[in-house]
Amino acid sequence: MCLGIPMQIVEIMPPFRATVEIQGVQRAVSIALIADEDLKVGDWLMIHVGSAIAKLDEESAHETLEVLEEVNRLT
Amino acid sequence: MENTYRDQKTMEMLAASIHRRCAALDRRIKVMNVCGSHEHSIAEWGLRDLLPEQLELIPGPGCPVCVCAEHDIGEAIQISKMGVTLLSFGDMLRVQTKYGSLMDARSDGADVRIIYSPDDAVAAAVKEPEREFVLFAVGFETTAAPMAALFAQQIPANFSLLTALKLTAPAVEALVVGAPGTNTLDGLLAPGHVAVIAGAQEWGRFPEKYGMPVAVTGFEPVDILTALEMIMRMLERGKVELANEYARYVKPEGNRSAQEWMQKVFRVQRAFWRAVGWVENSGLFLTDTYRDFDARAKYGVCLEDTAGSDVPKGCLCHRVILGQAYPSDCVLFEKTCTMMDPVGPCMVSEEGACHIWSRFGASVARRK
Repeated sequence: MCLGIPMQIVEIMPPFRATVEIQGVQRAVSIALIADEDLKVGDWLMIHVGSAIAKLDEESAHETLEVLEEVNRLT
Repeated sequence: MENTYRDQKTMEMLAASIHRRCAALDRRIKVMNVCGSHEHSIAEWGLRDLLPEQLELIPGPGCPVCVCAEHDIGEAIQISKMGVTLLSFGDMLRVQTKYGSLMDARSDGADVRIIYSPDDAVAAAVKEPEREFVLFAVGFETTAAPMAALFAQQIPANFSLLTALKLTAPAVEALVVGAPGTNTLDGLLAPGHVAVIAGAQEWGRFPEKYGMPVAVTGFEPVDILTALEMIMRMLERGKVELANEYARYVKPEGNRSAQEWMQKVFRVQRAFWRAVGWVENSGLFLTDTYRDFDARAKYGVCLEDTAGSDVPKGCLCHRVILGQAYPSDCVLFEKTCTMMDPVGPCMVSEEGACHIWSRFGASVARRK
């Protein structure tokens, strides 16, 4: 039940629905919990029991990746 | 991008750093995870094999199906026998209680259906307006928020909720303070998706009040090893704090809109956790505004019978949930209690430690 799956927005159906996709599998999900986020097609969402609970913070994700790559280079 | 979080070289690099810090500390270290999905990832990727022998990684109370009170399931069974359609997540059906199971009720002719999302449940009620539908709402914050947000739209009068929703941090806190000596934990991997809703800050009470390092943690193997590395670094440097490893999804303050929905729809009250007992301020129940959608009021069910043991004879679930025993310590594990024919709730649910260890192999899940 706590299993979260990251999926990418294919289509936004205001006010509360969106179609999301991962590896070719599409699903209609609720976006009621992130309605105040600025959403666009291509955004990554964390989906949980059919609801988007968060939008991926790209900046933070890239920072983490850069740190990991940097440490990898040094070791 | 998610592939980076499964990179073998990064995993080895992080494990090497954890080994170095552990060697510098030169004592046994116990870190608990409180999310079934963490335990799943740890077992699936064999992470315990990568860690030093002195670092113990303990599965804790992170399975909502496992901690669902027997009397809550009993009420669901009662309602299903009133000619009402009972909608539930699939994991709940096979959980045995002193009242039987939802699967038994279905065999006896009750209309018990499996749903995958709260929206599907409402859609079922809309489709058959002449039938009554009750959604058995079991889960932690990650499930409670979508349940609350259902009320953003018109809910049909033939739909109601039987709530058994729980807040994780109060239970983990009760566990940390409740049994001194039995759980001498050195650190906590806090559940990333719960923190998406409630905020990383929710877990700040552990470093602040109990001097316990916490890392809010994502679910890929690199996430978990990074979080462990953060905890080991805190222990080595003697600087205890709240770290947020999962900042790509978790904000310090969490999902404000989700919190507003939860505050509007639910009131916080004590709740009974199976194998744990009553935990203050850990249960979510519908407020009076939503009383028309409260299945307990609508159908007059109220069991709340907490007398006697709530785990089957010989079952170690109560100690597994508290992080005091490993699944393989139980005499029933993989003998009379199997994934095909589970005895205790920890073997039923895909998020239960016994189920996970059985699925991936206890020798993989636990270092030899």
